[in-house]
Amino acid sequence: MTTVSMTVNGRTVSGQCEDRTLLVQFIRENLGLTGTHVGCDTSQCGACVVHVDGKAVKSCTMLAAQANGSEVMTIEGLASGGDLHPVQAAFREHHGLQCGFCTPGMIMSAVDMINRYGGQLDEKTVRAELEGNICRCTGYHNIVKAILDAASKMGDGARVAAE
Amino acid sequence: MGMEGIGARVERKEDKRFITGKGRYTDDMVVPGMKHAHFVRSPHAHASIRNIDTSTAMKMPGVIGVLAGDELASDGIGSLICGWMIHSKDGSPMNMGDWRPLAQTKVRYVGDAVAVVVADTKAQARDAAEAVIVDYDVLPAVTEAVDALKDGAPLIHDNAPGNLIYDWEIGDSAAVDAAIAGAAHVTRLDLVNNRLVPNAMEPRAALGHYDEGEDHYTCWTTSQNPHVARLVMSAFYNVAPENKLRVIAPDVGGGFGSKIYIYPEEIVCLWASKKTGVPVKWVADRTESFLTDAHGRDHVTTIQMAFDADNKMLAVKADTIANLGAYMSLFSSVVPTFLHAILYSGQYVIPAIHCNMRTVYTNTAPVDAYRGAGRPETTFALERVVETAARELGISPAELRRKNYIREFPYQTPVILCYDSGNYEASLDAAMTAADYNGFPGRKAEAEARGMKRGIGMSSYIEACGIAPSAAVGSLGAGVGLWESAEVRVNAVGTIEVLTGSHSHGQGHETTFAQLVAQRFGVGIDSVSIVHGDTDKVQMGMGTYGSRSGAVGMSAVVKALDKVEAKAKKIAAHLMEADEADIVIEGGQVKVAGTDKALGWHEVSLNAYTAHNLPDGMEPGLKEGAFFDPTNFSFPAGCHICEVEVDPETGKTEIVQFVAADDFGNIINPMVVEGQVHGGVAQGIGQALLEGTHYDPETGQLLTASYMDYTMPRADDLPGYTVSNTVTPATTNPLGIKGCGEAGAIGAPPAVINAITDAIGNNDLAMPATPQRVWAALRSAQ
Ligand code: FES
Ligand code: FES
Repeated sequence: MTTVSMTVNGRTVSGQCEDRTLLVQFIRENLGLTGTHVGCDTSQCGACVVHVDGKAVKSCTMLAAQANGSEVMTIEGLASGGDLHPVQAAFREHHGLQCGFCTPGMIMSAVDMINRYGGQLDEKTVRAELEGNICRCTGYHNIVKAILDAASKMGDGARVAAE
Repeated sequence: MGMEGIGARVERKEDKRFITGKGRYTDDMVVPGMKHAHFVRSPHAHASIRNIDTSTAMKMPGVIGVLAGDELASDGIGSLICGWMIHSKDGSPMNMGDWRPLAQTKVRYVGDAVAVVVADTKAQARDAAEAVIVDYDVLPAVTEAVDALKDGAPLIHDNAPGNLIYDWEIGDSAAVDAAIAGAAHVTRLDLVNNRLVPNAMEPRAALGHYDEGEDHYTCWTTSQNPHVARLVMSAFYNVAPENKLRVIAPDVGGGFGSKIYIYPEEIVCLWASKKTGVPVKWVADRTESFLTDAHGRDHVTTIQMAFDADNKMLAVKADTIANLGAYMSLFSSVVPTFLHAILYSGQYVIPAIHCNMRTVYTNTAPVDAYRGAGRPETTFALERVVETAARELGISPAELRRKNYIREFPYQTPVILCYDSGNYEASLDAAMTAADYNGFPGRKAEAEARGMKRGIGMSSYIEACGIAPSAAVGSLGAGVGLWESAEVRVNAVGTIEVLTGSHSHGQGHETTFAQLVAQRFGVGIDSVSIVHGDTDKVQMGMGTYGSRSGAVGMSAVVKALDKVEAKAKKIAAHLMEADEADIVIEGGQVKVAGTDKALGWHEVSLNAYTAHNLPDGMEPGLKEGAFFDPTNFSFPAGCHICEVEVDPETGKTEIVQFVAADDFGNIINPMVVEGQVHGGVAQGIGQALLEGTHYDPETGQLLTASYMDYTMPRADDLPGYTVSNTVTPATTNPLGIKGCGEAGAIGAPPAVINAITDAIGNNDLAMPATPQRVWAALRSAQ
């Protein structure tokens, strides 16, 4: 057993876990933050994407111990107060989700993508960047629309804010 | 149409929780004292079990129990069944082999459950499962249906000689043979409809909780139809009587058919909870899902279509073998028969039709309904043969279809179905216009100048949805009725709860069902709650599949709303001393037409509950229930057009446009309907281009058991879609809805393959049309 500590959604947390515990298990089981999902065993589906120190990471590819001392943001920490993040709002407005299972990971990847590209995103880039996020419900059409719309609304401001 | 009523593009109410990470899926559920299960599964495709030794595993850290099949059997837990009886053409009943929730004497596919370990943590359960020693006597295995029928093939179930489950037929064989013999032209194709793994993103899961004090069981599970799960687990598997068993399907992360069935794991978790005295949770990992979720498709078909000298269709003859895997899953028998064979008229006037269907056991995962269920298989065969015939006859595929479309309704096909309404030419025209079909030669020439091969293909699909009426399906062998139920409860303050048996796992019922109420009473959808997925709250339901939630589930809500409206009007007429016939309800007000007399909706509801001043003899309250059993299937139809570019150097196909023009009858929320089409088309394109399920033919190992090996469609594999609707309302339900959930998966595969074969000039191309296959087909055509 190891003790790990990290900041999750702005709160300092610590917990006991086995050395082999994955970050996603720590988030879901120790912290009870079940918005981060597990959809595969091989780090392909992206349902588990969170931000670690400002970068999108598949939380199933990382041990909880490796995140010791890091700043982690999960889907639960994205909205500020009662206000949805623009990417969350765009997913709802453009019907970018159906069953909702891939959605937290999709949104966290999308935020990261917009942070990196700012207003420079186009459809081809969004589709290529989503390579690591699988959705079985939507056929991606409306996810792509939502991300492009959020990117244009956030514009370059998003990039600045992330830096 | 109001802002939130029928036809409005209303944003989904359920989205708030999903986009903020507050969805509640089965794996998110925690019950005090809960422990974790891991299943010991067969690593062999076919083997006898000599012995199961659990002694080492029992001593492992954290282990609470290790349970195997003998114990389950001695506790009286029943075998899994197929709920639809099909008889072979010789009159004999289908050969249903025994499917134990935990195998006792023999395993029949890789992944067959043998034992279960319950431990404090998931990791401990998994570790201990490794230590369960099962002594197997490995037997030869067979994975392909065609091979399983051959002499000398390994026998999988003793009561199914030759591995044959049934040999069934429909239609007039003699008339079809005569038409083919006398035809001016016959087109024949040999086709494989590739096996698919449904791959809902949420893996299957179950949490079983036995409460000793109450002698009562609760099961949280990833189900599309919790009531059917309760019914089947009670009536057939002896888990517990219905009044002692509550099944909850909370948020469910996609189903596509694979979560209709009752699997061994939920039965075992409930039973194990009683045995061990702790709540038991099991969550599949992805490879377990690949191995044990019911797969889809896997047909081998020879189809022939006969034409007269005027290019009119004379007959269709289909001969199919369907692989049902190692055991008969809940609805596996009906998919190849009454969801497949009776669709062979397509959108066409075809005087003679015959389909022969043999279903077969193999040492593979069970095969059952996957999005479209039988209808994609029919449509693929039919629309491939029509397009091929047009090429052989030298006429345009659109003209050949146009010439043969059904134009008068109702239309009785030669194979049971009677189509109530449709306008197939309208969707063909809409799709051709949207795709600029006539501009294709110019685009092809331009592509050729760049060294690319461009092709265009279409499909005109029809499906039978709603899956009803109950008496009809009963006469065809169904073990259940296929109605739906609803209850509308108006609270004293005027807010409304709608209880429905239609489970929502992505379809947006919490919004679209509320739109019906908004339309009816002019109340906002925020004051309407849709309750589903819990057998303790909703009395009964048949669940969500076969595009039936709109046509059947919503119709039950409409019937209940009728009753509520009638009672509310009586109360209002009494209170306002007006004639009941003059009462109108709109904008949240209950008014006397032609006067300024009005009551708020909430005033009427409050009066219903205070009951101080009700009409003579009226019971208090404002709550009504209804069942709806339609008089026929509904028949969504449409036309899909796909345009591709193939790189002749690599064989890689790019879809440059995909157009869908669908007739779903009336539409409640266009945004949600478009989403259903997008998702269905993506799965159809996945089948056509990417998704293949491969078992090693010798060992029966599933070679495509992870996302590293099975190609799921990614965003960069797919195009944007151009979707539109034409409308002919259904005549068999009060809303005129036909259904939209499966159309994309049905219409897309033949459109894609028709386009690629057009581009490469070779008709012989198997799905998935991988670059390697396309490249090889292109070479052999040159
Ligand atoms: S669960 Fe992490 S990528 Fe699938
Ligand atoms: S919304 Fe269901 S998997 Fe993406």
